[in-house]
Amino acid sequence: MNKTNAETKTNKASEAKVIYWCLAWLLATAGATFGPELLWGYGTLITSIGIAIQLAIGFGMIWAFKGFLLAMDELQRLIQLEALSLAFGVGVVVGISYELLEDVKLITFEPEISHLIMLMSLTYVFGLFLSNRRYR
Amino acid sequence: MKNRLKVLRAERDWTQAKLAEELDVSRQTINAIEKGKFDPSLPLAFKAARLFEMMIEDIFQDEVNS
Repeated sequence: MNKTNAETKTNKASEAKVIYWCLAWLLATAGATFGPELLWGYGTLITSIGIAIQLAIGFGMIWAFKGFLLAMDELQRLIQLEALSLAFGVGVVVGISYELLEDVKLITFEPEISHLIMLMSLTYVFGLFLSNRRYR
Repeated sequence: MKNRLKVLRAERDWTQAKLAEELDVSRQTINAIEKGKFDPSLPLAFKAARLFEMMIEDIFQDEVNS
């Protein structure tokens, strides 16, 4: 097997690892969110265990993403850096403004963290698209 | 920064994929370097110099001084 094939295989394996961890985290989050109401009736111990599992899988996802970044070459890492910093910046700036909207009574509903996560995810994907186009 | 990667690659009749393989980077990276859209790190520039058996400055030139 030549070097590029080996490299590509490493990248694909790291990418697959991130996807599996993300799916596991989504499932654990869904379990920790809906489990208390639908499955175990707000039992303190099992709810705490559910949240601990969700947190542990979340850290696993971060670790897998780090491995994914380390398997990349320097341009691919730069593209990720640009997309992640755009998503982080937009998340902080829009998140603060969103929270402020409720504080100054311009909106009547409670700001949801899930809205912010969706915005950050979309910004990350948009950032990847822009950076990949720039270095094409 | 200007570079002669495309010329050196053509002299050896190598594809971008072949050069990417030799330098352990993606084809996208080679393409971006050749087009001057991305400047390689010093370790990657040294690697290219070793591969082509040349000095770094014979492959990469600072546009300010040239």
